[in-house]
Amino acid sequence: MLSKRIISCLDVRDGKLAKSVKFVDTKDIGDPVVKAREYYAQGLDELVFYDITASSDNRGIMLDVVSRVAEQVFIPFSVGGGLRTVDDCSRVLLAGAEKVNVNSAAVKNPGLIAEASKAFGAQAVVLSMDVLKVPQSAQIPNGYEIVINGGRTPMGLDAIAWAKRGQELGAGELVVNSIDADGTKEGYELTLTRLVAEAVTIPVIASGGGGKPEHLYDVLTEGKADAALVASMLHFGEYTVGQIKEYLAGRGIKVRIQKDEG
Amino acid sequence: MITLVDYKAGNLTSVRRALDHLGIPCQISADPDVVRRAEKLIFPGVGAAGAAMAVLKERGLDAALKEAFKAGIPILGICIGCQIILTHSEEDDADCLGLLAGTTVKFRQPVGATHWVAPTLKIPHMGWNGVTVTRPHPLLSHLRPGDEFYFVHSFYPQPADSAQIHAVSDYGGQFPVAIGKDNLFAVQFHAEKSGTVGLQVLENFSKW
Repeated sequence: MLSKRIISCLDVRDGKLAKSVKFVDTKDIGDPVVKAREYYAQGLDELVFYDITASSDNRGIMLDVVSRVAEQVFIPFSVGGGLRTVDDCSRVLLAGAEKVNVNSAAVKNPGLIAEASKAFGAQAVVLSMDVLKVPQSAQIPNGYEIVINGGRTPMGLDAIAWAKRGQELGAGELVVNSIDADGTKEGYELTLTRLVAEAVTIPVIASGGGGKPEHLYDVLTEGKADAALVASMLHFGEYTVGQIKEYLAGRGIKVRIQKDEG
Repeated sequence: MITLVDYKAGNLTSVRRALDHLGIPCQISADPDVVRRAEKLIFPGVGAAGAAMAVLKERGLDAALKEAFKAGIPILGICIGCQIILTHSEEDDADCLGLLAGTTVKFRQPVGATHWVAPTLKIPHMGWNGVTVTRPHPLLSHLRPGDEFYFVHSFYPQPADSAQIHAVSDYGGQFPVAIGKDNLFAVQFHAEKSGTVGLQVLENFSKW
């Protein structure tokens, strides 16, 4: 059977690594290529690079990061942030990414998912969604709303309905990022993750809130996620990939254990 | 010098980067004559069988690959390059190269059923899965039990002769993931994206 994947997300601003906490107050913590190599050596399964560069003048820096990663890191990785057109997607794929990660631009223009899926195949298109818990309403029957622009703009769109629509349009995977849980290190949003995982047939990657290995266990079992995204747990050196995987394997989760060389 | 066959396959650059990293000399070529005269060939691939075959034919690479195989040039196929070496693919109902007899078939549940029964397994089969060697081969000589490789595919290769199957994985049932005959070897997984165990397959090929 497939292993559950441990994926790390690296937020990149102007070519430097940053980690956002509830989408504000980002702190510079180093070179994304160095971090990527370190996690690759530890046995990470996949990487996501999210470009949070504010100025479009500096977008070219990201392509350089992507291509340097591709030369040194031999696991799959996706790139997101600021991808608005199929041409934008094509540039990061040519630079060496396996997948593109679309978010706000896909909410504003769902056709982007379909176009990118047609151009590169569904396996290359990851739909990332930022989700806020809200009171249930006729418009938001599940009580989870899609927000865009880094969590600032609520869209009046039900997250579960959007997940299904994303799959229909041709997304090959979903990243479900809970804004309520993001940066709290108190655990993933299990209910949200499970609702999405039960609504679609494509892989679901849980994001936001991972602080301890048991949080990953919870979201990979009760939350029914296929993969879990970790950021600060790794970025601040609190855990290694190996420690997280050993813990999960010890509790019966199938994960890829990278064997020592020699 | 390894020649990478250029037929617009999505992972061509990734394979080249992996070889560069390993210090293995390589070149990319879409020229049938270069393919015919190559020392070694890697036949990569990401995409759909029908489109892949159309590009190969348009560039005259289909005939060149058949000749290269007959001439004994070592060939390594990856992903789609492991599927379209068979006679036929269920994807796009495409007639393929026929270097090995067999068919590329869609995942079924249970494996071997004549039609799709219940989609409880997610398709495509995407992520890391264990690979079990069933018939030793020099390209897989480094594998240890439990080693995992990265896969992304909805179809898998089923050679007519089971003696051509060298390794299998399990996804709702066992299916072939490494096949070969004589100077041809092909893997369904992405050796170029499977960390050190994957890179070792490429290294082994360079010495094969």
